[in-house]
Amino acid sequence: MGARARKGDWVQIHRILLGPGERAPQVPPDTQAVPLEMWVKGFLVEGGELGHPATVRTVAGREVQGTLVAVRPGPGHDFGEPVPELLTVGLEAREFLKSVGG
Amino acid sequence: MGRDLSYAAVMARRNAIMIAAVGIDYQVFATGAVAFDYEAMMREAGYSVEQAAAIQRQTHVGDTPLLELGNITRLARALAPPGKGARIFLKDEAANPSGSFKARRAALSVFHAERHGYPGVCAATSGNYGAAVASQAAMRGLGCIIIQEVFDSRGVGQPEIVEKGRACEAYGAEVIQLTVGPELFYTFLVTLEETGYFNASLYTPYSIAGIETLGYEIARELLAREGRYPDAVVVTHAGGGNVTGTARGLRKAGATQTRVIGVSVDLAGLHMASDRDFNRKSFTTGHTGFGIPFATWPDRADVPRNAARPLRYLDRYVLVTQGEVFYVTELLAQLEGLERGPAGNTSLAAAISLAQEMDRDQILVVQETEYTGAGKHPWAQLTFARRNGIVIERGDPAGNVPGERIVIPQRPDQLRVKEYPLENLRRSYLKNALAYAGTAPLTSTDFRFLAEDTGADEAWVRRTVAELAGQEEGKPR
Repeated sequence: MGARARKGDWVQIHRILLGPGERAPQVPPDTQAVPLEMWVKGFLVEGGELGHPATVRTVAGREVQGTLVAVRPGPGHDFGEPVPELLTVGLEAREFLKSVGG
Repeated sequence: MGRDLSYAAVMARRNAIMIAAVGIDYQVFATGAVAFDYEAMMREAGYSVEQAAAIQRQTHVGDTPLLELGNITRLARALAPPGKGARIFLKDEAANPSGSFKARRAALSVFHAERHGYPGVCAATSGNYGAAVASQAAMRGLGCIIIQEVFDSRGVGQPEIVEKGRACEAYGAEVIQLTVGPELFYTFLVTLEETGYFNASLYTPYSIAGIETLGYEIARELLAREGRYPDAVVVTHAGGGNVTGTARGLRKAGATQTRVIGVSVDLAGLHMASDRDFNRKSFTTGHTGFGIPFATWPDRADVPRNAARPLRYLDRYVLVTQGEVFYVTELLAQLEGLERGPAGNTSLAAAISLAQEMDRDQILVVQETEYTGAGKHPWAQLTFARRNGIVIERGDPAGNVPGERIVIPQRPDQLRVKEYPLENLRRSYLKNALAYAGTAPLTSTDFRFLAEDTGADEAWVRRTVAELAGQEEGKPR
């Protein structure tokens, strides 16, 4: 990934919304100890260097400020790997139905 | 802008923000210390089932296929005692525009927002509802912002939620992604205040009216096709809207004798606001982490009075394990040729064992499916679980430990629902109701309301309230 984004690029920014001491009183201790963080994507309006302040315009038309963390970020999820514990479930069920007939 | 954005300051403004963003003055429905006129709220602020169906038709929602699962019925019958094994039907809600029954709720909310001149809609949801709102907003040309709880503090995202966020973006919505914590609601309030968007809450009368068509369609179609109403409908239970709307729709269609059975995935022991526990679960909805708190106190939602009140409608509540749901997801794909998302199959996991208790001529309806895809898929979710240290193995699902061990059944006869007594939910509800009332004395209107709202008789409510109040007095202050 390039270190600079250009105006109009689809980018992602990050911001801390509440610090560890500012969390809601009802959250458990492990969550109290970490900040509430936010990520938003949009078209770059200002800034452009990764790790530095930037402003984006979101598809809803809002301008949001934060730290530039990614240029053209993908979702990153997939179908995972084949799970051996599931691979034979269908075969077994068909075999079972065959054995009971009907 | 000069607004104080500290957590405390924003929460203190919540009522004013909500009235502007929902357009309902809930105060007019209050009738006692805890009581409010639920039916008046549903009538005056909501839509009739006929209106809801007409609105949904405008955006291609509803009228989904009701499929008889012949092979899964055969499998259940082979395991059942002689004469037992109800016919299992499945309402294929994945056929809705955004791939789940949530399109029904979103259709009404977004219609309402458009009619009242809001520039856009906003929803705080990590579930299928986000994509549903985004899809409906796209059809009606409104702006849309979805706020999701996605990541833990390591920046690791739940694959199921990442996929739902991607879907929202595909429909043209802005997605605000957050780390774990109930302050999702804080961000929601800040965003509503900033944008003037409509709060497309899951819990308004509009949202629940949108689900009534689901129960209504099931009852009407079965009556026409089979000459009878369903004997039981199995409903995945999380926030309570699915149970409430489906049951109300069944009743409105005349199916007053149909039993409504709620099902949740058992995630006992995992804290929903815990940074550590967040990625130790493989289901992000339809589980006890929502199901139990929302049944025992519905008014913890993002509106002052929740239109989803499941204890009014539940005849029975049962739990299944994560491993059982993944197992039946395979059965549905490979015995019925329907590849659908795991979370939507929660009620199907229960149906296979519930059908075995029922007579062969009876009908059991599983009332939803959801779309599947990257992230929302057994392989994706179990690969993720394994990477987070969860043990996955074949065995008896009784050995399932939420957050530690997912057990995929070895045989179909190991699919067994676990009862969760409704009386436990009702007692907890009453405890919460007493805390809500505070020092205000309960009137006869309150007792009548509590009986209706818990689905219990008034004598039991009075007895239990007296018992709980006695315990409270005995406690050191």
